[in-house]
Order: sequence, then C-alpha cells, then structure tokens
Amino acid sequence: MNWLLDLTPDEWNAVRLSIKVATVAMLASLPPGILIALLLARGQFWGKTVVNGLVHLPLILPPVVTGYLLLLTFGRRGPAGAFLAEHFGIVFSFRWTGAALACGVMGFPLMVRAIRLSIEAVDRRMEAAAGTLGANPLWVFATITLPLILPGLIAGAILAFAKAMGEFGATITFVSNIPNETQTLPSAIYTFTQVPGGDEGALRLTLISIVISMAALVASEVLARRVGRRLDIE
Amino acid sequence: MSVLVDISHRQGGFAIGARFESAGRLTALFGASGSGKTTLIGMIAGLIRPDKGRIEVDGRVLVDTGAGIFVPKHKRRIGMVFQDARLFPHLSVAGNLRYGRWFTPPAERYADIDAVVDLLGIGPLMNRRPAKLSGGEKQRVAIGRALLASPRLLLMDEPLASLDEARKAEILPYVERLRDEIKIPIVYVSHSVAEVARLASDVVMLAQGNVVASGPTEAVMQRLDLLPAEERGEGGAVLDTKVLHHDENFGMTVLGSAAGELRVPQLAMKTGTPVRIRIRARDVMIATEKPRGLSALNILPGTITAMSPGEGPAVEVGIDCNGVTVLARITEQSRQALKLHLGGKVFAVIKTVSFDRANTGAGLPAETGG
Repeated sequence: MNWLLDLTPDEWNAVRLSIKVATVAMLASLPPGILIALLLARGQFWGKTVVNGLVHLPLILPPVVTGYLLLLTFGRRGPAGAFLAEHFGIVFSFRWTGAALACGVMGFPLMVRAIRLSIEAVDRRMEAAAGTLGANPLWVFATITLPLILPGLIAGAILAFAKAMGEFGATITFVSNIPNETQTLPSAIYTFTQVPGGDEGALRLTLISIVISMAALVASEVLARRVGRRLDIE
Repeated sequence: MSVLVDISHRQGGFAIGARFESAGRLTALFGASGSGKTTLIGMIAGLIRPDKGRIEVDGRVLVDTGAGIFVPKHKRRIGMVFQDARLFPHLSVAGNLRYGRWFTPPAERYADIDAVVDLLGIGPLMNRRPAKLSGGEKQRVAIGRALLASPRLLLMDEPLASLDEARKAEILPYVERLRDEIKIPIVYVSHSVAEVARLASDVVMLAQGNVVASGPTEAVMQRLDLLPAEERGEGGAVLDTKVLHHDENFGMTVLGSAAGELRVPQLAMKTGTPVRIRIRARDVMIATEKPRGLSALNILPGTITAMSPGEGPAVEVGIDCNGVTVLARITEQSRQALKLHLGGKVFAVIKTVSFDRANTGAGLPAETGG
C-alpha cells in the first residue's frame, strides 16, 4: 500500500493542482451556468438556437480545437487575453488559471444541461404563488426557484468538477504541460507514459484519479439524496 | 372596502367582458366551469394582464390599461388561496406561513401568527412538510399563509373543489370564521351552489365570460334559470335566520325567520346565533290549504309571486312568505291540478330532514351584506 501514497513532490503537486483547478473551474462556471440555463429554459429571444449551439460546442468539437481556440482568444496576443492582461492583470496563458479556464469551458455544456433541465421542471405556479405573497422576481428566484433546482445544481456542479478532473486535450493545448503550474493529473499521467520506467508512477496517479472521481460521485449522490428528501421528490 | 372590475379580455377563442362592483364581505364569483371566474380572479391578483379595462380595490387603481397602469402582483398586497394550495415543498408548514410576512412592511402587518394558527387549527402541523399533509390540512395552511401576508383583500379560487365531501365539511367552518372574525374582504370563486349559498354575502354570477346577475346572495340565488345545468337541483331560497331554541326531546333546533319558524335537525349553536339556510326548490311542496295529517313540520303560508317553466316537466314557483321568497319546483301537472296562479294564497311545505350539513351553516352576523 505504501508505494501508492509514496508520491514524489511533483506528483503531489499534480494532485493538488488538479483539485484546485477543478474546484475553481466548477465554482467560477456556476453563476454564468445558472444564468445561461435560465436564459435557455425561460427566455424567448432571437438567436436562442445560436446561443444553445455555442454552449454545446465544446461537447462536440475535438478538445484540441477548443484548446487552440482558447489559445487564439485568451493567449498573450489574443484579443481577450491582451485586454484582460492589460486592464486587469489577469493572465491565462501557461498559468494554472488557464487550465481552470479550459476545464471550465469543457465542463460548461454539461453543467448548463443539468441546470436547465431542473429549471424546466420547476412548477412555475409556485413562483406565481410567491409573487402574490409579496416577493419580487429576484426574491422569488432566491427563495423558491433556487431551492427547488438545488438537486440539478448539485448534479451540474459535480459533473463539471468530474469533467475538469479528467480534462486533458484542451488544457494541454492551451497552457501546455508545465510541472507545478499547469501539469494536472491527466497531464502528469501522460508524461509518465512517455518516459521509460514511468509505468509505476502512471499507475499510482491513475488510481488516485479513480479515487477522487469516485469520491466526488459518492458525495454528489449523498448530497442529492439529502436535498431530495427535504423536497420529498424521491 | 370595494372591488371594481371592468375588463374585456380575449384568451384563445374565449372572450371575457365583465363588469361588476362589490362592497360585500364575501363576494362569490359564481358560474359553471369555463365561465371565466378563474381568469377574473387571476386579473385581480395580477397573474393575468387584461387586454383592456380597469381594476380597483378600495379606490386604489391596480389596472388601468388606458393610463398604462399595471401594478405587479407582488406590490398589490392581495392574498390568494389557490385550488391546489401550492405550498412550497422545500419549506415546513411554519416556513410557508412565515413566507409572506417577510415581504410585508412592518407598519402594515396586522395578522398575528398565533391568532391565525389558532383560527385555522394548524398548530400541530407546524413542523411538518407539505407533502405529509392531507388535502384539507394543505388548504388550511394555504389560507393561513395568505392571511399572514396581511393582505388588503383575500382571493380564494375554488379552495374546496379538489377536496372530498368530508374535507369540504372540515374547511367550510374555517372559511366562515375567516369571514366573520377577521375583518378582511374576500372574493371567493366557486361553481357550487351549496358553497355560495352558505358563504357569500354577495354574488356575481358569470356565464360564458359575462356577468349575468349580481347583488346580495338571497336575491341572486333566486334566479334558478341562471344556475349551471348540473347545479340546478341544488338551487333554492337562501334565508338568514336565528336560533330560537333547541328541542332536546326530538333532537331539533327551531330557527326564527321572517317567513316563520323552521324546524331543522339539531345544530350545535347557541340561542341567538345567526344561521344561513338554503331551502332547495326540489325539497319544497305546495299546498293550497293548510295541510293536516302530514309528517312535514315546516309549513309556511305565503303568496305566489312568480312562476316560470323549469327543466323538463318542472315549474319553478316563487312564494312570498312575509317578505322572504321561498322557491318550489313542482311538476306542470301539479300546477294545473292545484290551479296555481299568481297572487294565489298557498302553503310551502318543507321536511325537517331535508336540511343537512350542506345547506345549513353559520349565518353572517349583524350587518349582513356588508
């Protein structure tokens, strides 16, 4: 068993970095995820199909393409990248933040889908009832809609987290594979498989990645069940 | 307190053009399903925006399409009790009850939580989830939730329609207490003659989106011809009476009314309590001379003031008994055999046992009709 936990500092860093990147990607994409899901579920506007298509693009494009597009837009010389670096000092290229961005974008369609479905399942008559009790639309959202979509929100967040833990193609294309900065678990495993005698390290990290993914899944199940029991939806 | 509605609206192929004004304590919007009742109440609540028209509650303009006024529902302070209760599933009963209070400006909070909980008998339910409540309990909590937002007007959209007879009987007394104890005007949507006759001080009768009659309950309910076909058998006179005394030996209560004394199955009410009764036209027989050797206990002398053809072989006869009109539904054959004519002196005969829980309820005390 010891050999499993006997990780080199670089390997530990990859584990830690992966969790950090996935957590940040998940949390940062929640607000826009909810917003876009609301827009798609409830909005009636021109170009809705286009928005829906754009959101789903990362799901169908090869990850390398998504990564390359991110590099073109958010790279040092990309229009968005240059603007953010100049005005806000936010740099994505070859930083862990870039890995988080890539992971967030890749997980976004999964998150939006889950949230959108739960929003569409909300009984709008409940919201009307809350309105007659004096709640303005914002309060209705905060006190009725949000609690009712909580199971979908959790499911979407966990999906995005799991996707981020496993993201490889877009990340390596956008921010490369720099130990201690952008080398996430999948990248580290990939590196091990490229060098002679790296099998043991690759296997160790593979097992760790399985454990983390399973833990996330179990956690989401437990959470969803607890929320579900409160809502009596079971 | 008054409600004024004057709107015209088109929903799909259905056109509504309704105008009414009511200052009643409990105004019933009454009509068959599809007559536009729920749409109208939805407009008062702010759930539906009328194409054209004006809605005022207590002089406050809520809708005036001409002036471009449409007060959103959360600013109207009008409570609504829905047919399907619509309790929030993620909150406990207590959480549901407190919900509206949150959004009420402190200066306008008149409803007291303990008093409302007590009035509706929902104290033991406070920690339960809505999913664990019976239909009747849900509806009581929904009423409490609406009340605790301290509304200026309470709207009730067929609150009993989805309940069985036993549950209806459980809720009705609470609605009566609401009407009599909490001084809040109520607009009540219903398609049931029994509910309207028992609860309403005023009735607005609707058919195909139009107001066909409106006014005090006793007067409007006389119009048997306007009742929805399936409810016609339930129609009849509505009388406001008082408990005179109880006849313990025979298990009866004697009620006093302008028309005379009426014996009904014993009521658990104190002497002097107002009682609203409905005498179904089909339960009334007519005699041309005072009957003898008859089991029926209630015999009211009167004069025939109206006769109109009813459904099938029936004739509907209005009998003025000392200022109160009692309606009788008899056959055309009997009318001819008895040679009934307008102005004729007759006796209305009503069996005591024809009064049951469905047509006997707490009367509106004091200033009936608000």
